[in-house]
Amino acid sequence: MNQPEPETVDLKTGEDIVSARKKVRTGMIELGFTLIDQTKMVTAASELARNTIDYGKGGTMRIEHLVNGERIGIRLIFLDHGPGIPDIQQALKDGFTTGSGLGLGLGGSKRLVNEFEIRSEPGKGTQVTVTRWR
Amino acid sequence: MDKIPVLKIGDILLITIQVDMHDQLAISLQDDLTARIVKDHAKGVLIDISSLEMVDSFIGRMLGNIAAMSQALGAQTVVVGMRPAVAITIVELGLPMENIQTALNVERGVRKLKSAMDESDKGFQR
Repeated sequence: MNQPEPETVDLKTGEDIVSARKKVRTGMIELGFTLIDQTKMVTAASELARNTIDYGKGGTMRIEHLVNGERIGIRLIFLDHGPGIPDIQQALKDGFTTGSGLGLGLGGSKRLVNEFEIRSEPGKGTQVTVTRWR
Repeated sequence: MDKIPVLKIGDILLITIQVDMHDQLAISLQDDLTARIVKDHAKGVLIDISSLEMVDSFIGRMLGNIAAMSQALGAQTVVVGMRPAVAITIVELGLPMENIQTALNVERGVRKLKSAMDESDKGFQR
């Protein structure tokens, strides 16, 4: 299988969230993920892209196709240079929010992926990496 | 800018969400719909989401808000046509759906609304 170059999408406005979702959907179809897997990953991408915009003051999403022998996966990296998250454990709890949402974004998207990694430094920004294997 | 059409069928307003919703569109739908409930004296709102490939917490919150706003204006809301993959995903996401009435398709949704409307009419006569 040919492996496309990783692609980076800007996340600044609500419409960028729609394009990010479309890019993730297309990538997952190319990699042969099931409809349920596609829906979970696209939903996680939507939550994380909105976090990047609402809390990170905008940033980027990078899509990587992972084709490693028999193992096929997709990885999304959300990066912002916003204020950062002072307490990650608290931010991962359902219902916790500093904004006006439901507080499901981080904890909820963690449940929709196979691997979830978050790094944040107050004043420097946040990077969330999620991976789903086929 | 895109707009989501609101159709009137008797006492019911029908909304079919057919586009990949961006946030601004979701907010303008809330505004349009509440205005139409008042203008058309609607007693029920049916939201068809069968074209939606994904429901995230933002859209979930919007559906909950619409149900609550309609309730405040005396109209019931039923969300119909959720795709199976979407149902599986929102449960894992943890989206609270207790406040949202659902039905499998438009036909069953109309039936659900009609019986709820009949009940509330009876209560009014008593």
